[in-house]
Amino acid sequence: MNKIEFFSKHDPKIVPVLQRATIGIAGAGGLGSNIAVSLARTGIGKLIIADFDKIESSNLNRQQYFIDQIGMPKVIALLENLNKISPFTKYQMHEIKLNEEKIPFIYKDVDIMVEAFDKAEMKTMLIETWLTNFPDKPIIAASGLAGWGKNDLLHSRKIDNLYICGDEETDLQTGISPMAPRVGIVANMQANLVLEILLKGFNADGRG
Amino acid sequence: MKKITVNDNILKWEENMNINVILQRMNYTFRMLVVKVDGKLVKKNDYNSTIVYPDSDVKVIHLISGG
Repeated sequence: MNKIEFFSKHDPKIVPVLQRATIGIAGAGGLGSNIAVSLARTGIGKLIIADFDKIESSNLNRQQYFIDQIGMPKVIALLENLNKISPFTKYQMHEIKLNEEKIPFIYKDVDIMVEAFDKAEMKTMLIETWLTNFPDKPIIAASGLAGWGKNDLLHSRKIDNLYICGDEETDLQTGISPMAPRVGIVANMQANLVLEILLKGFNADGRG
Repeated sequence: MKKITVNDNILKWEENMNINVILQRMNYTFRMLVVKVDGKLVKKNDYNSTIVYPDSDVKVIHLISGG
Protein backbone atom coordinates (compact mmCIF):
# COMPACT_ATOMS: atom_id res chain seq x y z
CA MET A 1 0.00 0.00 0.00
CA ASN A 2 1.20 3.46 -0.92
CA LYS A 3 1.55 5.91 1.98
CA ILE A 4 1.06 9.03 -0.14
CA GLU A 5 -2.17 7.60 -1.53
CA PHE A 6 -3.34 6.48 1.96
CA PHE A 7 -3.03 10.03 3.29
CA SER A 8 -4.06 11.79 0.07
CA LYS A 9 -7.14 13.32 1.76
CA HIS A 10 -4.93 15.02 4.40
CA ASP A 11 -3.20 18.35 3.99
CA PRO A 12 0.34 17.11 3.10
CA LYS A 13 1.81 19.50 5.67
CA ILE A 14 0.16 17.78 8.64
CA VAL A 15 1.13 14.18 7.76
CA PRO A 16 4.76 14.39 8.99
CA VAL A 17 3.60 16.08 12.22
CA LEU A 18 1.15 13.25 12.90
CA GLN A 19 3.67 10.58 11.86
CA ARG A 20 6.23 11.94 14.37
CA ALA A 21 3.75 11.76 17.28
CA THR A 22 3.54 9.06 19.94
CA ILE A 23 0.24 8.83 21.81
CA GLY A 24 -0.50 6.75 24.92
CA ILE A 25 -3.90 5.14 25.46
CA ALA A 26 -4.68 3.67 28.91
CA GLY A 27 -7.40 1.05 28.45
CA ALA A 28 -8.68 -0.76 25.34
CA GLY A 29 -12.41 -0.91 26.08
CA GLY A 30 -15.21 1.32 24.79
CA LEU A 31 -13.14 4.48 24.82
CA GLY A 32 -9.69 3.04 24.10
CA SER A 33 -10.63 0.81 21.14
CA ASN A 34 -12.51 3.67 19.46
CA ILE A 35 -9.72 6.20 20.13
CA ALA A 36 -7.11 3.78 18.73
CA VAL A 37 -9.10 3.16 15.53
CA SER A 38 -9.54 6.91 14.92
CA LEU A 39 -5.91 7.77 15.65
CA ALA A 40 -4.65 4.93 13.42
CA ARG A 41 -6.82 6.19 10.55
CA THR A 42 -5.48 9.69 11.17
CA GLY A 43 -1.87 8.58 10.77
CA ILE A 44 -0.38 8.95 14.24
CA GLY A 45 3.16 7.54 14.13
CA LYS A 46 3.00 5.36 17.21
CA LEU A 47 0.31 4.24 19.66
CA ILE A 48 1.16 2.72 23.05
CA ILE A 49 -1.87 0.86 24.42
CA ALA A 50 -2.29 -1.12 27.67
CA ASP A 51 -5.17 -3.24 28.97
CA PHE A 52 -5.33 -6.45 31.02
CA ASP A 53 -8.87 -7.53 30.08
CA LYS A 54 -10.27 -10.20 27.76
CA ILE A 55 -13.16 -9.61 25.33
CA GLU A 56 -16.64 -10.63 26.52
CA SER A 57 -19.81 -10.71 24.46
CA SER A 58 -21.17 -7.76 26.48
CA ASN A 59 -18.31 -5.60 25.13
CA LEU A 60 -19.54 -5.79 21.53
CA ASN A 61 -22.30 -3.21 22.19
CA ARG A 62 -19.70 -0.42 22.02
CA GLN A 63 -16.16 -1.71 21.57
CA GLN A 64 -14.31 -2.17 18.27
CA TYR A 65 -14.14 -6.00 18.41
CA PHE A 66 -15.83 -8.87 16.58
CA ILE A 67 -17.69 -12.05 17.55
CA ASP A 68 -14.78 -14.33 16.63
CA GLN A 69 -12.53 -12.35 19.02
CA ILE A 70 -14.55 -13.11 22.18
CA GLY A 71 -12.20 -14.55 24.82
CA MET A 72 -9.07 -12.96 23.32
CA PRO A 73 -7.01 -10.43 25.26
CA LYS A 74 -8.22 -6.98 24.14
CA VAL A 75 -4.75 -5.73 23.22
CA ILE A 76 -4.12 -8.76 20.97
CA ALA A 77 -7.49 -8.41 19.21
CA LEU A 78 -7.07 -4.64 18.87
CA LEU A 79 -3.62 -5.08 17.32
CA GLU A 80 -5.17 -7.50 14.82
CA ASN A 81 -7.87 -4.95 13.92
CA LEU A 82 -5.52 -1.95 13.77
CA ASN A 83 -3.17 -3.84 11.47
CA LYS A 84 -6.12 -4.30 9.10
CA ILE A 85 -6.73 -0.53 9.12
CA SER A 86 -3.30 1.03 8.69
CA PRO A 87 0.30 -0.16 8.36
CA PHE A 88 1.47 3.45 8.77
CA THR A 89 1.15 3.50 12.57
CA LYS A 90 3.43 1.51 14.90
CA TYR A 91 1.47 -0.28 17.61
CA GLN A 92 3.04 -1.13 20.98
CA MET A 93 0.62 -3.24 23.03
CA HIS A 94 0.92 -4.16 26.73
CA GLU A 95 -1.26 -6.86 28.29
CA ILE A 96 -0.95 -5.49 31.78
CA LYS A 97 -2.97 -3.92 34.62
CA LEU A 98 -1.74 -0.35 34.94
CA ASN A 99 -0.84 1.17 38.31
CA GLU A 100 1.17 4.11 39.74
CA GLU A 101 4.49 2.33 39.14
CA LYS A 102 3.87 0.99 35.63
CA ILE A 103 2.29 4.12 34.09
CA PRO A 104 5.42 6.35 34.17
CA PHE A 105 7.51 3.46 32.83
CA ILE A 106 5.28 2.36 29.93
CA TYR A 107 4.23 5.85 28.82
CA LYS A 108 7.42 7.85 29.46
CA ASP A 109 7.97 8.62 25.75
CA VAL A 110 4.46 9.71 24.72
CA ASP A 111 3.64 13.24 23.60
CA ILE A 112 0.05 13.07 24.87
CA MET A 113 -1.67 10.63 27.26
CA VAL A 114 -5.29 9.58 26.70
CA GLU A 115 -7.29 8.17 29.63
CA ALA A 116 -9.66 5.43 28.48
CA PHE A 117 -10.56 3.51 31.63
CA ASP A 118 -14.01 2.38 32.71
CA LYS A 119 -13.82 2.82 36.51
CA ALA A 120 -13.69 6.26 38.15
CA GLU A 121 -11.05 5.05 40.65
CA MET A 122 -8.70 4.13 37.80
CA LYS A 123 -9.36 7.44 36.00
CA THR A 124 -8.43 9.38 39.15
CA MET A 125 -5.34 7.20 39.74
CA LEU A 126 -4.10 7.77 36.18
CA ILE A 127 -4.68 11.54 36.22
CA GLU A 128 -2.95 11.95 39.62
CA THR A 129 -0.03 9.75 38.51
CA TRP A 130 0.28 11.66 35.25
CA LEU A 131 0.11 15.16 36.75
CA THR A 132 2.66 14.12 39.38
CA ASN A 133 5.16 12.54 36.95
CA PHE A 134 4.64 14.52 33.73
CA PRO A 135 3.06 17.89 34.66
CA ASP A 136 4.13 19.40 31.32
CA LYS A 137 2.60 16.73 29.08
CA PRO A 138 -1.11 16.89 28.18
CA ILE A 139 -3.54 14.25 29.43
CA ILE A 140 -7.02 13.89 27.92
CA ALA A 141 -9.60 12.17 30.15
CA ALA A 142 -13.28 11.24 29.80
CA SER A 143 -15.98 11.68 32.43
CA GLY A 144 -19.72 11.17 32.00
CA LEU A 145 -20.73 9.31 28.85
CA ALA A 146 -23.24 6.64 29.89
CA GLY A 147 -26.75 6.42 28.40
CA TRP A 148 -28.05 7.87 25.16
CA GLY A 149 -29.12 11.20 23.68
CA LYS A 150 -28.29 14.53 25.34
CA ASN A 151 -25.76 15.47 22.66
CA ASP A 152 -25.71 19.07 23.82
CA LEU A 153 -24.45 18.16 27.31
CA LEU A 154 -21.23 16.74 25.88
CA HIS A 155 -18.33 19.17 26.00
CA SER A 156 -14.62 19.40 26.60
CA ARG A 157 -12.81 21.68 28.99
CA LYS A 158 -9.17 22.43 29.70
CA ILE A 159 -7.60 22.80 33.13
CA ASP A 160 -3.92 23.57 32.44
CA ASN A 161 -2.60 20.40 30.78
CA LEU A 162 -5.61 18.30 31.79
CA TYR A 163 -8.49 18.05 29.31
CA ILE A 164 -11.87 16.51 30.22
CA CYS A 165 -14.40 15.26 27.65
CA GLY A 166 -17.95 14.13 28.45
CA ASP A 167 -21.03 15.51 30.21
CA GLU A 168 -19.35 15.37 33.66
CA GLU A 169 -22.67 14.30 35.22
CA THR A 170 -24.22 11.03 33.94
CA ASP A 171 -23.21 8.21 36.28
CA LEU A 172 -23.54 4.48 35.68
CA GLN A 173 -26.68 3.07 37.32
CA THR A 174 -29.33 0.46 36.66
CA GLY A 175 -30.67 1.10 33.18
CA ILE A 176 -27.95 3.63 32.31
CA SER A 177 -24.96 1.86 30.79
CA PRO A 178 -22.36 2.93 28.24
CA MET A 179 -23.66 2.54 24.66
CA ALA A 180 -21.95 2.73 21.27
CA PRO A 181 -23.04 6.20 20.09
CA ARG A 182 -22.24 8.25 23.19
CA VAL A 183 -19.06 6.31 24.05
CA GLY A 184 -17.99 6.68 20.42
CA ILE A 185 -18.67 10.42 20.44
CA VAL A 186 -16.64 11.01 23.61
CA ALA A 187 -13.81 8.73 22.40
CA ASN A 188 -13.67 10.73 19.20
CA MET A 189 -13.79 14.03 21.11
CA GLN A 190 -10.65 12.78 22.89
CA ALA A 191 -9.03 11.74 19.58
CA ASN A 192 -10.02 15.09 18.08
CA LEU A 193 -8.32 16.93 20.97
CA VAL A 194 -5.15 14.91 20.31
CA LEU A 195 -5.15 16.35 16.78
CA GLU A 196 -5.93 19.86 18.02
CA ILE A 197 -2.95 19.78 20.38
CA LEU A 198 -0.56 18.21 17.84
CA LEU A 199 -1.64 20.48 15.00
CA LYS A 200 -1.70 23.74 16.93
CA GLY A 201 -0.69 26.40 14.43
CA PHE A 202 -2.25 24.65 11.45
CA ASN A 203 -5.70 25.76 10.30
CA ALA A 204 -8.38 23.05 10.47
CA ASP A 205 -9.82 24.36 7.21
CA GLY A 206 -6.72 23.22 5.36
CA ARG A 207 -5.39 26.72 4.66
CA GLY A 208 -2.68 26.50 7.34
CA MET B 1 -14.91 40.41 50.95
CA LYS B 2 -12.00 38.01 50.52
CA LYS B 3 -12.83 35.34 47.97
CA ILE B 4 -11.61 32.32 46.03
CA THR B 5 -12.71 30.89 42.69
CA VAL B 6 -13.97 27.31 42.49
CA ASN B 7 -14.66 26.02 38.95
CA ASP B 8 -15.17 29.63 37.88
CA ASN B 9 -17.69 30.31 40.70
CA ILE B 10 -16.89 32.94 43.35
CA LEU B 11 -16.83 31.60 46.91
CA LYS B 12 -16.35 33.59 50.14
CA TRP B 13 -12.95 32.88 51.66
CA GLU B 14 -12.76 31.71 55.31
CA GLU B 15 -9.90 31.39 57.81
CA ASN B 16 -8.25 27.95 57.65
CA MET B 17 -10.21 27.03 54.57
CA ASN B 18 -9.03 23.56 53.48
CA ILE B 19 -10.12 21.48 50.49
CA ASN B 20 -12.74 19.54 52.47
CA VAL B 21 -14.36 22.82 53.61
CA ILE B 22 -14.47 24.03 50.01
CA LEU B 23 -16.10 20.79 48.82
CA GLN B 24 -18.70 21.16 51.62
CA ARG B 25 -19.44 24.82 50.80
CA MET B 26 -19.87 23.91 47.12
CA ASN B 27 -22.13 20.95 48.04
CA TYR B 28 -19.86 18.66 46.04
CA THR B 29 -20.57 15.12 47.21
CA PHE B 30 -18.73 13.27 44.43
CA ARG B 31 -16.39 10.50 45.54
CA MET B 32 -13.71 10.41 42.84
CA LEU B 33 -12.15 13.80 42.33
CA VAL B 34 -9.09 15.49 40.98
CA VAL B 35 -8.41 18.81 42.74
CA LYS B 36 -6.00 21.52 41.58
CA VAL B 37 -5.19 24.74 43.40
CA ASP B 38 -3.51 27.42 41.27
CA GLY B 39 -2.47 24.71 38.83
CA LYS B 40 -1.01 22.37 41.45
CA LEU B 41 -2.46 18.91 42.08
CA VAL B 42 -3.76 18.25 45.63
CA LYS B 43 -4.00 14.54 46.43
CA LYS B 44 -6.90 13.14 48.45
CA ASN B 45 -4.76 12.48 51.54
CA ASP B 46 -3.84 16.17 51.61
CA TYR B 47 -7.38 17.63 51.44
CA ASN B 48 -7.46 18.42 55.18
CA SER B 49 -3.95 19.77 55.44
CA THR B 50 -4.10 21.96 52.32
CA ILE B 51 -5.14 25.48 53.36
CA VAL B 52 -6.32 27.75 50.58
CA TYR B 53 -5.54 31.49 50.55
CA PRO B 54 -7.63 34.41 49.23
CA ASP B 55 -7.76 34.75 45.42
CA SER B 56 -6.83 31.08 44.92
CA ASP B 57 -8.15 29.43 41.78
CA VAL B 58 -9.53 25.98 42.66
CA LYS B 59 -10.55 23.42 40.06
CA VAL B 60 -12.51 20.33 41.06
CA ILE B 61 -12.93 17.64 38.42
CA HIS B 62 -15.44 14.86 39.05
CA LEU B 63 -14.50 11.51 37.49
CA ILE B 64 -17.45 9.29 36.62
CA SER B 65 -17.30 5.58 35.75
CA GLY B 66 -18.10 4.50 32.21
CA GLY B 67 -15.96 3.87 29.18
